[in-house]
Amino acid sequence: MKRKIKIALLRALCIVSAAFTCALVLFLLVYILAKGVPNISWELLTTKRSYMTGKIGILPDILNTVYIIVATLIFVLPLGVGAAVYLTEYAKNKRLVAVIEYAAETLSGIPSIIYGLVGMLFFCQFLGMQTSLLAGALTLVIMNLPTVMRTTQESLKTVPQSYREGAFGLGAGKWRVIRTVVLPSCIDGVITGCILSVGRILGESAALLFTAGTAHALNGFFDGLRSSGSTLTVSLYMYVKEEGEFGVGFAIAAILMVLTLLVNLLAMLVGRAFKRRRNYE
Amino acid sequence: MKNPQAFEQNLIETIIYIIFLFLGLITVGFVLLITVYLVIAGIPAIREIGILNFLFNTKWASTASEPSFGILPFILTSVYGTAGAIILGVPVGFLTSVYLAKLAPQKIRTIVSGAVSLLAGIPSVVYGLVGMMVLVPSIRKFFHIPDGASLFAAIIVLAIMILPSIINVSITALEAVPREYEDASLALGATPVETYFRVSVPAAKSGIAAAVVLGVGRAIGEAMAVMMVSGNAPNMPELFGSVRFLTTAVASEMSYSSGLQRQALFSIALVLFLFIMLINAALNFFLKRSKE
Repeated sequence: MKRKIKIALLRALCIVSAAFTCALVLFLLVYILAKGVPNISWELLTTKRSYMTGKIGILPDILNTVYIIVATLIFVLPLGVGAAVYLTEYAKNKRLVAVIEYAAETLSGIPSIIYGLVGMLFFCQFLGMQTSLLAGALTLVIMNLPTVMRTTQESLKTVPQSYREGAFGLGAGKWRVIRTVVLPSCIDGVITGCILSVGRILGESAALLFTAGTAHALNGFFDGLRSSGSTLTVSLYMYVKEEGEFGVGFAIAAILMVLTLLVNLLAMLVGRAFKRRRNYE
Repeated sequence: MKNPQAFEQNLIETIIYIIFLFLGLITVGFVLLITVYLVIAGIPAIREIGILNFLFNTKWASTASEPSFGILPFILTSVYGTAGAIILGVPVGFLTSVYLAKLAPQKIRTIVSGAVSLLAGIPSVVYGLVGMMVLVPSIRKFFHIPDGASLFAAIIVLAIMILPSIINVSITALEAVPREYEDASLALGATPVETYFRVSVPAAKSGIAAAVVLGVGRAIGEAMAVMMVSGNAPNMPELFGSVRFLTTAVASEMSYSSGLQRQALFSIALVLFLFIMLINAALNFFLKRSKE
């Protein structure tokens, strides 16, 4: 009898915990959308902030977010894929591989505020980039490198060894094998890495506060990279914490929530599609 | 040179090998860059203030006419805040992971996993905003204190934010438990729930420990959400008092700091970095053991 009660209790505790987690997510989703969506207007989305009329528009912040995502991916993809290719195709020294993997794990454990600080010291001051979107993007490159490296590595591991051997057998050199056999098959990992990185960049704020800055100017891509610019998350923080503009804050939060939802959905669909394809092969 | 083509081929291969070697080593380079920069930037202030004074003085008054740079309040706040988040977050996360890995039907599992990954993806400023608007006022009303922005509010926000890390890593660990272990226990007459708690969980304990350590790392490194709900006064930690963490100490004064004050902020970042390196080492230890 006692045993039965204990089992039922443990089971109930598990279910309650899982239900609690779900309720939490549901609450956050509903609360933010309910508070934020009424504050989203066409004007908010398509204008820049005007200090003359005192009206707030977040178009520059949306563009800055897009710019920083694009710039980060342009740099991080070749670096991450290259590192993964080195680890799976070239590296023979086990100790070196262990060191590189430990370094990647260390990078993914470092808090974003520290990235922000080092980014500020290195990119903004030492390399003279000032507070700019480019400095912010480069900081995020270091942050996201382990993610892209890991996803690419995983997809490279699924390339059958026989493909490589076949290509070598036909007389191809190492580089040719990598270019024609290995790289085309890591596209799954690259896409997954891209999606995960976009999600992280979208949500990042502490690393950008001191590297990309807090300006709300409307710029094109290249001018934008050279000047200070606030992304959606940083704007949310500044509007809420420094100016008490909670309406705008909730509107941005709702937009971020929808984007996060989309990124998650995309990651799930892509993951499933890749899995299915792999099973067919 | 008998065969110029082969020579050219070799040259290309060598160049490409060097390029990939460089790319492979770039993560190591970045870690070194971060370490070197933090050490170089962090040492001067510690030297000037004195390491004992810096670490154990309880008073932080960086802009006073007679400035004092003691970071013990920040260290203790970070430690207490993280401990609180672990105490609240780990049981919920652990039980959820047992449910998802072992008990849940496939359909429910898919839905709840989706919810958990959404929780992981929500930006920290959004957590901060909700904390500021919902949690802080409720704490003020419920506990009858003048301001709800406190260590307690930060603990709750952190506990929620570390849930996904704990759940995902624990699930991976629980799923890696060999089926034979569970089958043997079931065959001996144990019920499924007993089997999961008495056999699967102990077998996955290294992985679950790794999940907890990962949660510690996440909690101690979080800055923005905590900044929005913790009040940000450099007091010694009190559960319902306004407090400042290591992370928020750096973030809150950086924009207007100068001179020794600015250098002291770098030193705080260095202390935080040392904490993180310790946690990473522990994480690596547990992950390795769970793989074996």
